[in-house]
Amino acid sequence: MSKETSLHGVHQDLGALFTDFAGWSMPVRYASELAEHKAVREAVGLFDLSHMAEIHVCGAQAADVLDYALVGKLSGVKPGRARYTMICDAEGGVLDDLVVYRLADEEYLVVANAGNADVVAEALSERVQGFDAVVDNRAATTALIAVQGPKAVDVLAAVTDADLGALKYYASVPATVKGHEVLLARTGYTGEDGFELFVAAEEAPALWRLLAEAGEPYGLVPCGLACRDTLRLEAGMPLYGNELSRALNPFAAGLGRVVKFEKPGDFVGRAALAELAKADVPRVRVGLRGAGRRAPRHGYRLLSEETDIGTVTSGALSPTLGYPIAMAYVDRAYAEAGTRLSVDIRGKIEPVEVVDLPFYSRAGEPGHRPAATLDGAAAPRRKDPK
Amino acid sequence: MSVPENLSYTKEHEWLSVADGVATVGITAFAAESLGDIVFVQLPAAGTQVTAGEVFGEVESTKSVSELYSPVSGEVTEVNETTADSPEIVNSDPYTEGWLVKVRLTGEVPQLLDAAAYTEFTQES
Repeated sequence: MSKETSLHGVHQDLGALFTDFAGWSMPVRYASELAEHKAVREAVGLFDLSHMAEIHVCGAQAADVLDYALVGKLSGVKPGRARYTMICDAEGGVLDDLVVYRLADEEYLVVANAGNADVVAEALSERVQGFDAVVDNRAATTALIAVQGPKAVDVLAAVTDADLGALKYYASVPATVKGHEVLLARTGYTGEDGFELFVAAEEAPALWRLLAEAGEPYGLVPCGLACRDTLRLEAGMPLYGNELSRALNPFAAGLGRVVKFEKPGDFVGRAALAELAKADVPRVRVGLRGAGRRAPRHGYRLLSEETDIGTVTSGALSPTLGYPIAMAYVDRAYAEAGTRLSVDIRGKIEPVEVVDLPFYSRAGEPGHRPAATLDGAAAPRRKDPK
Repeated sequence: MSVPENLSYTKEHEWLSVADGVATVGITAFAAESLGDIVFVQLPAAGTQVTAGEVFGEVESTKSVSELYSPVSGEVTEVNETTADSPEIVNSDPYTEGWLVKVRLTGEVPQLLDAAAYTEFTQES
């Protein structure tokens, strides 16, 4: 029996089609996933992300334990800011990729992927031993709603007095949204401006409805997991289970910069990651552009001449760009942009070209690269909104 | 979900209508809805021989690929070229403008489901 979020009834009322995702019954789409995708790129979309896990780490040594437990330097994050990071095992394998919000000097919020919620909670509970801090898994009582798209700021402005102009990308602030206490964060995984609202699970349906109502003049539509996947793919953002796994390390994923060797003290995976950083990783993550309309998909083989040189991890016909895009792991020798490869699409060999990531960046962001973005507060990717 | 009374159906979610020895084949509204937005349709060229129960093409949505199984045996006489440029027509109008191929029958039409039986089948699945 799949778990249901506190918004399940709302989704049913909206006629959502559901899918099982990481043990949760989640909306895959409400009507057309292409229309939902377009709404996020051009207007605004509303997402239920309550399946993700919210794990609070509090105490005098909260910063120290996260510096030890994660590969990033969380002690360097200012209160009110957030950071993209990873939790690795002792061998350097990626247990999950995370967004960590520093809420106060001695309080952090770690947001884990639904499929890794238990793994992350258990790892943090083990790693906190000996530190003056506590791990408090609030996943069951916390809902998460995302408002994403160029009009997201207008929607939020209609329902909160929070100073949105002062809320930078990868920052958060406690706020009141028409009487609902939320943590309002300017984060997301769609490649657009947007907000994520953490709220008590029982208040989520009311919050969803008022956001939907406030968004109506701006073209807001509810959005499911199908368009969430194509949005993050266009933005070149990795998805755990596709581009990231325990069998992979941050360097292979092209995200080595999230590993902060310069931080003092030991951290889980340090020795193994230091070795991996020196070694040539055999295969690296790249972007691919295809011709025609047939998309390379997860698991398809990549070939140079007739030699297997890689595997596709995610792919789709890009709704925004109109051509097939994919992320893949390929042998280093074939990873340079412009390299021409072939992909085996269910027995038919089609040409693809290695291209720089991301495939899409929003207007006004020339040269934006996801690694810089994902690294968090140090690399603001956009002007603060007016 | 619409299931026209005048068509026949397969458990692979194709529909069929036969006139003058030529079968028109498409996918059902149930199939189109389940797939999501269809972004690519791969069909055989006119003149291709197809065999009942065997794969003759593919439909791709954003998230999935589904094979098309021919309900009948025969020669493809016509393909719906509109689906190449406007694959979304299979979602919006699966039973008329969104048809896929026409096949000149070379054998008997296999036993297929009527609208009531197909409706029952989709409710079970």
